[in-house]
Amino acid sequence: MIYRETGHFVTNYLKDREIFPMTFDKVVALIGLLWLFLWVPTTSEYFLSAHVIPILAVGLATVGLNILTGLTGQLSLGTAGFMCVGAFGTYNLMLRVPDYLMSLPVALLMSGIFAGLVGVVFGLPAIRIKGFYLLVSTLAAQYFVWWFFNSYAWFLNYESSGVVAIAPKFYDYWGLGNFLGVDMQGYPARYLLALVVCIGLSYFAKNLLRSNTGRNFMSVRDRDIAASVMGISVPRAKLLAFFISCFYCGVAGGIYSFLYIGNVDLMIYEVDRSFTILFMLIIGGLGSISGSWLGAIFVYEFPIVFTWVGDFIFQGAFNTAVVENVSNMVYGVFIIALLIREPGGFAALWATTKQKLRMWPYPH
Amino acid sequence: MDWVYLIEVLVGGLLSGVMYSLVAIGFVLIYKSSGIFNFAQGTMLLFASLTFVKMTENGIGFWTALFIAAGIMVIFGVATERFVIRPLANQNLLALFMATVGLATFQEGFSQFIWDSDVHGLQMNKFLDIGLLDPNPIFMSDHIPWLDILIPQFDIFASLVAGLMIVVLAFFFQKTKTGLSLRAVSDDHMAAMAVGIPLQTVWAVVWAVTGIIALVSGLLWAERVSVSFTLIEAVMKALPVILIGGLTSIPGAIVGGLVIGVGEKLGEIYLADVFGGQGIELWFAYFMALMFLVVRPQGMFGEKLIERV
Repeated sequence: MIYRETGHFVTNYLKDREIFPMTFDKVVALIGLLWLFLWVPTTSEYFLSAHVIPILAVGLATVGLNILTGLTGQLSLGTAGFMCVGAFGTYNLMLRVPDYLMSLPVALLMSGIFAGLVGVVFGLPAIRIKGFYLLVSTLAAQYFVWWFFNSYAWFLNYESSGVVAIAPKFYDYWGLGNFLGVDMQGYPARYLLALVVCIGLSYFAKNLLRSNTGRNFMSVRDRDIAASVMGISVPRAKLLAFFISCFYCGVAGGIYSFLYIGNVDLMIYEVDRSFTILFMLIIGGLGSISGSWLGAIFVYEFPIVFTWVGDFIFQGAFNTAVVENVSNMVYGVFIIALLIREPGGFAALWATTKQKLRMWPYPH
Repeated sequence: MDWVYLIEVLVGGLLSGVMYSLVAIGFVLIYKSSGIFNFAQGTMLLFASLTFVKMTENGIGFWTALFIAAGIMVIFGVATERFVIRPLANQNLLALFMATVGLATFQEGFSQFIWDSDVHGLQMNKFLDIGLLDPNPIFMSDHIPWLDILIPQFDIFASLVAGLMIVVLAFFFQKTKTGLSLRAVSDDHMAAMAVGIPLQTVWAVVWAVTGIIALVSGLLWAERVSVSFTLIEAVMKALPVILIGGLTSIPGAIVGGLVIGVGEKLGEIYLADVFGGQGIELWFAYFMALMFLVVRPQGMFGEKLIERV
């Protein structure tokens, strides 16, 4: 009823390109941002540490995978490997570069660039190999990176247990915390940093989608030969997609290790995580940035909600094995059902709902 | 160089390559006939062997359990065709691949949900009184005087089973009417439909056959590594095998398996020092496949792709 295009006229090109064209959208987006920045940090530490920050981390990785798989059509099973590069990169930058030169946000972005370069190296075969054959390259990346950090203890500062806790001094931000009198290691501060990075990179991804580069990616996805005939450099587009995608994954890995769990641990970057992120992407919808976030929220929250339901309604009838197995079954059913009924995933469902609401009370 | 040791390594590699080939054949069969890259192959192995193990643990005899498990796999295969593949017919290959990823996830949860997530041992020699299933390796020098090497007996048994399965499959494909229609479908869907081959029945048959292959290879793998989650990871190892061999070729799956098996063992022994760390077999197979594919993108026996706009 309030959501109507009536009276909304586009009078210049700038207005035509707006992400939120309608006043209603703008207001909702603004309220959403205020909510994210002002209300969410004041909620409980538990809510931030167990729900919000991990979703931000894996959601960012999903956006990264989306750029590679959803936008450019290059299948990847190495997401966790690239996240691993990001996490170890951030750790080593913080550890080895003098404190006055390095701060966590800078380290996050720089390790993202490392991860991007690693991605380009493993993306090189994509110039020659196509389709499913490319799986072997990304799997090689996954296993090689994992083995590499496992074998060379230098990267973990010779920590024999294989897990290093992150020192409090890494959250120093050039003394900003002392200056403001805020505990920068606390979850609200961590959350805000993750949020700023995620919103910034999502905005960049959204614009990438609508730019010339993004359209090149899509034409490579749809028909690479036709793209090359039209004068698009296919190798360049593929490598760029690998770089950007792995940059996102790297930053996501840094956020996961530094802002969520607070230690650098190889075990969380095994191949299973690559699959989880692929589920998030498929369920959320390929090629849609907001879909990636919806998918990440669903896949991350489902086991938690399911455990909660088990605890409260069935008096703790579900042990962890049951939760894990049922979650896997539900993901599988969702993936298959969505592919059959709505290949666009949650993003397309959301778009349909919006359209229905706009037409309401008329069906068409 | 120690030649006897080298031969032992080579034989060991070839035999473990056979294990990879077993899994790879299931992949190739489905890809050949429907163009689907079936990621659920690994969980099919897990499901089949878990079903079998749970039945034998509950006192059902070996052959009965084998028969029932095969029946369940056939039902599962037909159901997969009916509820997953058929509604997705004519979708692009990426969507179909993702559907099998979904199927794999579902099956992983489902098989561990109805049975359990414990690690089960499978001692086939409890049921089958074959000398070859003796866990002790045999000395070839007892049989062939000049060959002084040690071979695990079980691997020989696995190779024999694999060989038998390949012969049966070849017979099924070349000599039966169903096999003929399978080959026709893999050649050209539309043409096969035009001459009256029921496409959906053929696909159901393929998925059922793949289920049975999964059971056989699952049992052999399970005897080696135990019935548990690790079976799924064993299948990740089969990926480079089929990609080296070419996705559409059964001989390719076998040769690819042998190449990867031998290459991996040789790499572990002769290249581990170069890389200054142990455990390079984790990724070495993928690198071999990668190097190979960069030179020959369609794999060893794969069909050369001719692309037109």
